Formats: sequence, C-alpha cells, structure tokens
Amino acid sequence: MNDLLPLLTIFMLAVFVGFEIITKVPPLLHTPLMSGSNAISGITIIGALLSVATDSLLTAILGFIALVLATINVVGGFLVTHRMVAMFKKKD
Amino acid sequence: MGVDSVLINLTYLASSALFIFGIKGLTHPRTAVRGNLLGATGMLLAVVATLSNEQVFGAGLSGLAVILAGLLLGSAVGTLFALKIQMTAMPEMVALLNAFGGAASALIAGAVLAESNDPTRQTAVATVASGIIGSVTFWGSLVAFDKLKGILLPDRPIHFPGQQYLTGLLALTALALGLLVVNDPTQLSNYGQLIIVSSILGVFLTIPIGGADMPVAIALLNSYSGLAAASTGFVLDSNILIITGSLVGASGLILTRIMCKAMNRSLMNVLMGAIGPDNDDASSTDDIYAGRVKNASPEEVAMLFDGARRVVVVPGYGMAVAQAQHQIRDLANLLESRGIEVEFAIHPVAGRMPGHMNVLLAEADVDYDKLKEMDEINSSFEQTDVTIVLGANDIVNPTARTQSSGPIAGMPILDVDKSRTVVVVKRSLSPGFAGIPNPLFAADNTLMLFADGKQAVLELIAAVKDS
Repeated sequence: MNDLLPLLTIFMLAVFVGFEIITKVPPLLHTPLMSGSNAISGITIIGALLSVATDSLLTAILGFIALVLATINVVGGFLVTHRMVAMFKKKD
Repeated sequence: MGVDSVLINLTYLASSALFIFGIKGLTHPRTAVRGNLLGATGMLLAVVATLSNEQVFGAGLSGLAVILAGLLLGSAVGTLFALKIQMTAMPEMVALLNAFGGAASALIAGAVLAESNDPTRQTAVATVASGIIGSVTFWGSLVAFDKLKGILLPDRPIHFPGQQYLTGLLALTALALGLLVVNDPTQLSNYGQLIIVSSILGVFLTIPIGGADMPVAIALLNSYSGLAAASTGFVLDSNILIITGSLVGASGLILTRIMCKAMNRSLMNVLMGAIGPDNDDASSTDDIYAGRVKNASPEEVAMLFDGARRVVVVPGYGMAVAQAQHQIRDLANLLESRGIEVEFAIHPVAGRMPGHMNVLLAEADVDYDKLKEMDEINSSFEQTDVTIVLGANDIVNPTARTQSSGPIAGMPILDVDKSRTVVVVKRSLSPGFAGIPNPLFAADNTLMLFADGKQAVLELIAAVKDS
C-alpha cells in the first residue's frame, strides 16, 4: 500500500491537469486532439521495449506485438495529427 | 537506484512535461503544430531513455535486432496509415489507433504477468484492469471501425432479446476471472480466459451503438485506451505511463460528455443504442411533407444570392460522404468575391467524430476563423439571407425545440429556420439517423435542392457564374 499511494497521487493529479487543459481545447481542434492523444498514449512503447528485452519467449513475443502496435500509434498518431493541424490556416 | 536510472527517470519527467505542453498547444490553431512537435519530441526522448536502460541495452545483439525490427515495422505501418488516409476517413483512423493502444496495454500487462514469478497484489490488480480495459478497447474499437466502414456490420444499432443481461453477465464473468488472477497470478490460463471474455464484452458493448452515435463511442474508447495505459503504468510502476494515460483518459471523457450534451442524451442512452426508427407511422411523415415541400433548381437558388449580404453553410455527414468540401469552398470564395459574407456553422455532433467537419473544411483551405461553433453563430441566423444545409438533417430539425419526447427532443440545434431562406441540399426526403421527419424541409422559407452534394454545389457555382 505504501508503494501504491504515490502512484495513486500522481494518477489523481494528472487527471486534474488533464481536465484543466483539455476543457480549453476548442471544438475546432477536437479531431487532432483525439489523434494526438492517441499518439501520446503510445507511451506504452516503453513498457513494450522492456518486455521484448527478456529471456522468456512468451514475454518477448507478447512484448514484440505490443511494440509494433505502440509504434504504429506513436508514429501514425503524431504524423496524422501534424497533417491535420498544418491544414488549419488563416487567410489574410 | 543507480545514476543511470535517475537520469532515465528525469528524462521521463521531462517527457511528461512535454506531453502536457503538447496538448496545451492544441488549445489554439496557431500553436497546434508546435504543440504536436513538442509531444513528438517528448516521445523520442522517452524512447531513447528506455533504450539506454540496462535491461534493454543488455539484451544483446539479437535482442536489439528484435527491438529494431519492431520499431521499423511499426514506423512503416504508422507512416503509411498517416500519409494515405483520407481526411473523410479520419474517424476510422482514430478508431484503429484506439484499438492498437488498448491491445498494446493488455499485451504488456500479460507479458509482465508471464515473466514475474511472484507478482505483488498491486501488479496483479493493475494487470487485471489493464487486461479488461485493453481488450474491451481493442474489440470495441474494431467494431466501431467496422461500423464506420460498413464492411460486416450495419450502421444501425444491433439489438436482440436479453442483450443487456448477456452483456452484464460477460462483465461479471470478466470480474470473477479477474479475482482468480489476483488470487493466484501464476495461473496464466486465467489471464488468457479474462482476455477472451473481455474481448467478447468489447464486441457486445459496441454493437448496440448506432453509426451517428459514433462520435460518442470513439471518444469513450479513446478514454478507455488512456485508462488502459494508466493501468499498465501501475503494473510497471511507471509514472510517465500513469500521467500520460490519465491525460488521455480525461481527454476522452471530456469529449464524451460534450458529445452527449450536444445530443441531450445520457451516456447510458447512447451506449444502449436507445435511438432509432420506432417505425414512425408513414402517415405523420406524409402530413408534414405533403404538398408543402418546394423544389428548386440551381438557377433559382443562384438568384437568391443576388442581393444577399450574408450566407451561412451548415455541413453534415452528407458533405463528408459526397466529398463536397472543396466544391463548397469554391462556392464560398465565389460568393465572397461578390461581397457576400460567408460563414460555416458547425454543430458539435455533425459528422462521425468530434471536430470531423472542421478538419474537412480546413483541408479544403477554409479559413478557420469562418468555422463557427453553434453557440457563437446561432444568434446570427436571423440576420442571414441564405442558409445552405449541406448533407445535415437531425442537427437542424426544429422539432428538437418543441417535442417533449422522441429521439432528438431537447437536443440543441442550429437555428437555421430563422434565416430568411434555407436551401437544403439533399438527395431525398429520407430521414436522418434519428429516423424522424424534418419539418424544416416543408417550411415556408425552405427550398429543397435534390441532388448529390458535390454535383449540386458544382451546379450552383455554374449558375452563380452565369447569373
């Protein structure tokens, strides 16, 4: 329980931060927000990297599939978000 | 904790900060590109830091080769997706990304469980959460993807007797298996069964949701994929996963709430798919439309623009289907060159995902200042000479204001009927997703232009040029 408490604290604070920032994102940018948040939720990639680098075959296989999927999320997510936000222009 | 691991954890902290700044950048189109780049930088830092970790670095050449292969494969597929996808298909793309995120979390949690001989209670509980949420997200998102694409499943909600009991039973079974896993984490087969039951649960949770409710479903699944990542963070004792996962979880929840409010429906109501045609007796439809619907030609509509000062365009899912965003941009530019003020009115649930219409119009180079939110533009319809409704239906149905019951009762709508003339571009009088007739089509100040969206706008442009 002593280990869990700091993690729960971080979790709760991050949820508050999330609510504060994301309510300020205008509907105009809601689609890029979704693809962009998918890209950063690809942070599971670091868990996958740790899993691949083990001796156990089962862990390595599960880790490898996770690594590929998380990388797709990261690369695909950031790229497609970039494509979208770059289109939002103001004409003079 | 060695020096290395302190450095790595500090890098993770920096990455978390960059993610937060990245999302903050998305609060304005001017800073959005930079925000996204900040997020990507944070991700790069985190990956490099992890690769320098002893466990990864010590994996030997073969281990590093496998890692490199995984990174290259994922990058290639991700790049291909991101560059090939059409802007109209963005809901499908986000559904797939949600699916992959959920699957990755469930797999990693499983991998950790398989590896550790004696996991702590915290690890076991978090693994169960990760497994359930991740599998539900994966299969739920695949069903959403399929519904959007229309490959196997119909757009309509799927209902059968006892559905809710079955779903409830599946959820209880998943929880019971979760208890077994926590009780004896070394029994991997329990986790396997948990994944299977949660996968079926994911399918059954999503099939009752209808096509036009997909904005809610996708936002909610987005939230789930974040929560799955946060649970995986508890499995791995990783702050950065917890922080990022809860940011994404919060983001999805907020979008879900906005979408539900914009339809005046509860989340429960959407999830049960409690909307759809109750087979309104056809007579009431006839009563509303009979003899009152006025058909107009492009030339007649073009004449309306003579002397008009302000025109508003209301896009809906039909615009995306007809891929008419470029043509409507051309028409808007043409009208503006004649001194007419043109704006676009965007309903929060227009299209198949939050912000869908904005992205399509931005793709067509429409200035984002001209894309107005519902609350901002609604008061100005009274001063609008012509409103063009392009492939939208339920979001401009005035019965939402007056009816006390029915699928769209109380839903906030765009008050297009208050403008001097409304031109509805639509292929037929067929009802929208809510399955109810729209009295707007029969209103005194409404003209119907029956045609495919793209074709109709092209003909309008030609007619305006000729007049």
